[in-house]
Amino acid sequence: MPIISYREALNAALREEMQRDDSVFLMGEEVGHYQGAYKVSQGLREEFSSRRVVDTPIAELGFAGVGVGAAMVGLRPIIEFMSFNFSLIAIDQIVNHAAKMYQMSAGQFHIPMVFRGPSGPAVQVGAQHSQSFESYFCYVPGLKVVCPSTPADAKGLLKSAIRDNNPVVFLESELLYNTTGEVPDGEHLVDFGKADVRREGKGVTLIAWSKMVDVVLDAAESLEELGIDAEVVDPRSLRPLDTDSLVASVKKTGRCVIVEVGWPMCGLGSEIAFQLQRECLDFLDAPVERVCSDDVPMPYANNLEQEVMPQVKDIVAAVKTVLYLD
Amino acid sequence: MLLGSMSSSADIRIEPDTPEFLEATTAEELLPLYRTMLAIRRMEEASAKAYSVGKIGGFLHLAIGQEAVCTGAVAALRPEDYITATYREHGHIYARGVTSRAILAEMWGKKTGVVKGLGGSMHMFSKEHNFLGGHGIVGGHVPIGVGAAFKAKYRGEKRVSAIFFGDGSTTIGGFAEGLALAALWKLPVVFICENNQYSMGTPLHRTTAARDITQRALAHDMDRDRFDGDDVIKVKRRIVSAVERARETSRPTLVEVRTYRFRGHSMSDPGLYRTREEVEEWKKGDPLVRAKRRLLEELKVGEDTLSTVAADVKEEIADAVRFADTSPESDSYLPYVLKD
Ligand SMILES: Cc1ncc(C[n+]2csc(CCOP(=O)(O)OP(=O)(O)O)c2C)c(N)n1
Ligand SMILES: [Mg+2]
Repeated sequence: MPIISYREALNAALREEMQRDDSVFLMGEEVGHYQGAYKVSQGLREEFSSRRVVDTPIAELGFAGVGVGAAMVGLRPIIEFMSFNFSLIAIDQIVNHAAKMYQMSAGQFHIPMVFRGPSGPAVQVGAQHSQSFESYFCYVPGLKVVCPSTPADAKGLLKSAIRDNNPVVFLESELLYNTTGEVPDGEHLVDFGKADVRREGKGVTLIAWSKMVDVVLDAAESLEELGIDAEVVDPRSLRPLDTDSLVASVKKTGRCVIVEVGWPMCGLGSEIAFQLQRECLDFLDAPVERVCSDDVPMPYANNLEQEVMPQVKDIVAAVKTVLYLD
Repeated sequence: MLLGSMSSSADIRIEPDTPEFLEATTAEELLPLYRTMLAIRRMEEASAKAYSVGKIGGFLHLAIGQEAVCTGAVAALRPEDYITATYREHGHIYARGVTSRAILAEMWGKKTGVVKGLGGSMHMFSKEHNFLGGHGIVGGHVPIGVGAAFKAKYRGEKRVSAIFFGDGSTTIGGFAEGLALAALWKLPVVFICENNQYSMGTPLHRTTAARDITQRALAHDMDRDRFDGDDVIKVKRRIVSAVERARETSRPTLVEVRTYRFRGHSMSDPGLYRTREEVEEWKKGDPLVRAKRRLLEELKVGEDTLSTVAADVKEEIADAVRFADTSPESDSYLPYVLKD
């Protein structure tokens, strides 16, 4: 299997789906001439022309809405946010329009579109450019929310997202764009709602998605040195959420730590923890723990930024808590 | 100089920058402005260098080439006037009087920075200087600056709010709505569009259908002005007339200043979307060169005076770099999440 980067995997998914279906187009800031702010759309304008790779001015509300309208009447838009921080400007289109159209129109208009782009903290980009959006969008019925953590998932989930008949919020991670992995050539689809066990273990279940999976896998290594056998589960799609797989893992290990880079209050982890206690209370040997970013806007200084985000040591400490060690 | 609403042609004439069109000035006026521009340039160069060795992280947007706009415009304001700006705000906050020490220490992420290392290059604020921020979301700060003007009018204060933004910001709702509200409520605002020809890699003609940004003012019966921004005195004079209109009659003005950034959009941008020739052509209008020439040729300031200024600036920035290097790490973010 070819080894390619997360960025190239996304690019391949876009290219293949655009080749397959003329109704698919990509629209956003700097996606064409500039080849993408993060080069995800490299080469696509050359291949598909500016009819299908459409550069926009800075007008997130406007072009997200253009996407919704085009989707209502038969196209399959992919709207790129240069970063999901700017999706807040378009949130009216995503929440009030894209997510509700199918229901409001009693099934007459569905919205087959993808909102995609990098989400989550990058490095020292400050409070307005460093935050996670999964919890905002997971709240909304009518949306699907996906968070790939590997190049293979990036490709397979994006292809599925483009073919999905509903609005999909597709959250990439800037910190993962350069990571590499094996990715199947050609037709490779990853279904939504299917978690991936990234590491098997019996001692504790660690649940994480997107960039946090890497941090959790590092933590699992450290835990192994302490004789703790961690299982790492990546839900991959957050809405729909594969609760069954999470429950199965927790029933096996009896302990669970949920790690997310978002803020603690109303974070997705709290919903997952609720579902776990409801489904496997009798199997739990300790209350479910969560590791989140600190409950603050992201500071700029590198040392503070590191402190704010979940680190291996925080995860190890949380695991020790659920194991009642020290 | 106000071009006003009498003209509706797509392209308002911009005077050629030949000496006869330059506003008269004196050495007393120009020399300090020149020094400010030079300090901004040296400070930006020092930050670029620091970025390349990892002392500054994240995004860094330099204003090299645009110094006359922030310097001239800030000089047109009074200390009690408000300023709101984008992430490309280092020059504005410096021209406003925040020290190069506090600015560089901020970019270094140090405790001694103007916002204690919490904001970085894009988010500098100084209440003392009525500087309402460096903002990272394009257009988001425009209504905020309008809000400052709203307060001035509400309180009956004769204070003006100057809002700086780029050409690329003129397509977003925050700009359109801020403009509409300021016009409707007759608020004392000067909207200053620093048209540096590009929004990241997007040239103006791919941003808007109408190249003259000040045409947006027509929809609101708003005064407007449009000129080249390579002469700091010209910038100051033209902004002064908008500022005085705002102060005396509480009417907003939309000003477009044509300028150019000599570097990429940010440090990660190699600027492949423009030719070397284009950049060289614009460099001929370097505001520092222009000001220096005027000082030497027109105002008969001696070379020795300019050398002293240059040496003084060099020492100031070297000192600021040392200060940033040796300042303690930032250590405080928790106190500022919610106010008691
Ligand atoms: C709402 C929003 N969309 C996109 C961006 C990413 N972005 C940052 S600066 C920029 C270009 C802005 O160009 P312009 O307004 O001309 O200002 P300049 O950078 O040229 O000073 C873009 C697209 C952003 N910060 N905010
Ligand atoms: Mg610009």
